[in-house]
Amino acid sequence: MVGIGMSLLAQVRLTRGSLVLDLEVAAHEGEVVAVLGPNGAGKTSLLRALAGLLPLTEGRITLDGMVLEDPGATIFVPPEQRRVGMVFQDYLLFPHLSVLENVAFGLRSRGVRAATTRARGWLERVGLADLADVRPTALSGGQAQRVALARALATEPRLLLLDEPLSALDVTIRADTRRDLRRHLANVSGIRLVVTHDPLEAMALADRLMVIEGGRLVQSGRAAEVTARPRSRYVADLVGVNLFRGRAKGTEVELETGGALTVADQAHGDVFAVIHPRAVAVFRQRPDGTPRNVWPLRAVDIDLHGDRVRVRLMGTVTIVAEVTPAALADLGLAEGRKVWAAVKATEISVYPA
Amino acid sequence: MFRGRQPVPLPIGILAGAGAAFFILPLIGLMLRAPWANLWPDLTAPESLLALRLSLVASLSATALALVLGLPLAWIYARVVFPGRTVLRALTTLPMVLPPVVGGVALLMAFGRRGLLGQILDAAFGIRLPFTTAGAVMAETFVAMPFLVLTVEAGLRSMDRRYEDAARTLGAGRWTVLRRVTLPLVAPSLFAGAVLCWARALGEFGATITFAGNFPGRTQTLPLAVYLALETRPDAAILLSLVLLVVSLVVLVVLRDRWLGSA
Amino acid sequence: MTAFIQIRRSSLVAAVGLVAAACGSPGPVSSSPAAPSPVTVFAAASLTAAFQSMGSAAGHVNPPLLTEYNFAGSPTLVAQIQQGAPVDVFASADQPNMQKLVDGGLVMGSPRVFATNRLQIVVAAGNPKGITGLADLVRPGLVVVLCAPAVPCGRYAAQALEKAGVRIVPASEETDVKAVIGKVSLGEADAGIVYVTDVRAGGAKVQGIAIPDTQNVVAAYPIAVMKAASHGRAAQAFVDFVLSPQGQRILASFAFGGP
Repeated sequence: MVGIGMSLLAQVRLTRGSLVLDLEVAAHEGEVVAVLGPNGAGKTSLLRALAGLLPLTEGRITLDGMVLEDPGATIFVPPEQRRVGMVFQDYLLFPHLSVLENVAFGLRSRGVRAATTRARGWLERVGLADLADVRPTALSGGQAQRVALARALATEPRLLLLDEPLSALDVTIRADTRRDLRRHLANVSGIRLVVTHDPLEAMALADRLMVIEGGRLVQSGRAAEVTARPRSRYVADLVGVNLFRGRAKGTEVELETGGALTVADQAHGDVFAVIHPRAVAVFRQRPDGTPRNVWPLRAVDIDLHGDRVRVRLMGTVTIVAEVTPAALADLGLAEGRKVWAAVKATEISVYPA
Repeated sequence: MFRGRQPVPLPIGILAGAGAAFFILPLIGLMLRAPWANLWPDLTAPESLLALRLSLVASLSATALALVLGLPLAWIYARVVFPGRTVLRALTTLPMVLPPVVGGVALLMAFGRRGLLGQILDAAFGIRLPFTTAGAVMAETFVAMPFLVLTVEAGLRSMDRRYEDAARTLGAGRWTVLRRVTLPLVAPSLFAGAVLCWARALGEFGATITFAGNFPGRTQTLPLAVYLALETRPDAAILLSLVLLVVSLVVLVVLRDRWLGSA
Repeated sequence: MTAFIQIRRSSLVAAVGLVAAACGSPGPVSSSPAAPSPVTVFAAASLTAAFQSMGSAAGHVNPPLLTEYNFAGSPTLVAQIQQGAPVDVFASADQPNMQKLVDGGLVMGSPRVFATNRLQIVVAAGNPKGITGLADLVRPGLVVVLCAPAVPCGRYAAQALEKAGVRIVPASEETDVKAVIGKVSLGEADAGIVYVTDVRAGGAKVQGIAIPDTQNVVAAYPIAVMKAASHGRAAQAFVDFVLSPQGQRILASFAFGGP
């Protein structure tokens, strides 16, 4: 992944409190990359490091072939001289300036002539020209988000960083705002990096996902690849699948947590195995027939998801099964109830860890 | 009693009322005893006008000086971690608790004719600060500046520094950030600090009389004039006190509401 | 447990008893009626040291005179007395202030002058500027501080300078004598005009330069018993003691002149 033609290349190493951030980010011109991860994974710290607001302890950041930071060579380009724009999680519009002056701020700071005229143009692009003279406190969440975007875009950054751009918004307007944001991101050049903890947002906005956990990159790739082949509990939970890790010998996989899986395809070495909850069959008695993976388990948690019921089963393995409410009644399933679970070998996908 | 208001528990109401009365009664006393018939002649007496003018000039100069010197100090206290910061801050806010007369003596020891720096100033440049208007300004600044420093420091500390980050990612250098983001955002604290500082400077007595002495038109500010008038013209003293009071009251009420929002 | 409660109860009883005593309960244990109550003397600030000495001497005569003092500037004391402060004797630093009380009908009998004070030029110890008299004060570069014309020492200084035919612009018009002495002893001022007694009280850092009688102004200190006095006989006894040879000796030791 890392190589020639990448306009952003960053090896980021820094310590912030208990978090040790240690990862590599690379992105092409024109790419929209989503950085996905749970709270405290280091997403915001990564953005702040790229912007120059959080110095690296080690590593190197280059943008368009220019070294922005290299502690080893004592190179540090201050934030105001990097062509990096940032949209903050709560937007941080300057409360003492009008909307127009907020958007013009970057242009003025860079000594651009006709800053006001150009800022007005950017406000028109986000459809807020009529709010130019309003103070930011008078804006709705969605409007503030668009102003913050216009303010960051006005300086035409080569790298645009967006920190949870939609999380401060009401759920009801999130979908619309997400669509707008997607359109705006598509219309500007450069690299765009969107931090989010919402997989839907990540998939809607980005060409590529980077999943980070505990300050490290755990997975990177196109959205479809990442969701099809999760490499962490976090992603598996987000996608809603059962994820196992183990050691494969032919069609047998010894699980790290104990127990084993029989799979259809041959594999060797460390692997991930993914089982969709729909593929887990639940019985009152030990089932006859072909399933190779059969375990006596105990139901510990029953959750209604729309017209589906998810049942967490514990025993030799821990696995989530998805059944219909009718099946739930037929099985007489209740928390604490002993049942049998079965998974066909062909329903398990295995890929190298 | 008033709908939508929180009922006031009786003991708190009584004590708060007593607290307010403690301040208001002396003012009422002053108002009742004021010889209003002499208002115009006493206020326009040359010595009154001279003292009033000097008080305004000196207190405004002291506030300006406090802004120039105190703002950087507040910024450093709020933003820079260095060994001895706590001690330094305590030392520079000492004048708030020091009896002003002691402050005046201390100023003499530093800037007086035989003071640490004063003797150098005298010997090298022939500059003598005691008994001059500059000395009065210094005395007022010494006593009043801590109010500005502490208020602005608190403002800087409570401010969301990420606004500064946002400004920097937009291409603003440190100076632009300070000028266009930090200062406007702490403007309410800055203003409150300046008003407190000015009010304290306007009422300053002890340090001024000790360091700068008392000479009409040069170092005799309104509080000094009031004190001396008490000996000979107590009526005029009451009127002059009222002037000081009204000027301060107008400033505190009008500006507080405008800048800090009325509650 | 029981003992604890008992202790608490007894201390509560004691506290109640204290409060009752403080409220003036007519119990048999209240203060002994034989002890004489002190004479309250309001005296000009310049009398502070002399009258404290006077008080301890008066405590040894027979019968002993107990005194308590309130020292302040004479105008302040006059204002306090006019506002009804509890006072037996008033000793003023000048006649006009005493006259205000006489005019207000607050004085018993007529005031008597018990001491006089004279002006001196105060300079730093050793007289580094070589000042010999009022005429030297006009010397250029010399920093001279006076009392403000509003306070007695300033008024007297102005009179003395006028008698000497000397016109000076002081660097400062201080609010009281102590401030003038302070400026000179700290080295901020080269000379000032104050009372002889204040130079004496100023200690080793300052010294006085005499002003000849022809130029000097003598301040007379009057004393009187107040009509408001609650211990009229003891008050009169104190005034008599001040005027007695023993009282006069004490005043002389603080550089006051006789009446």
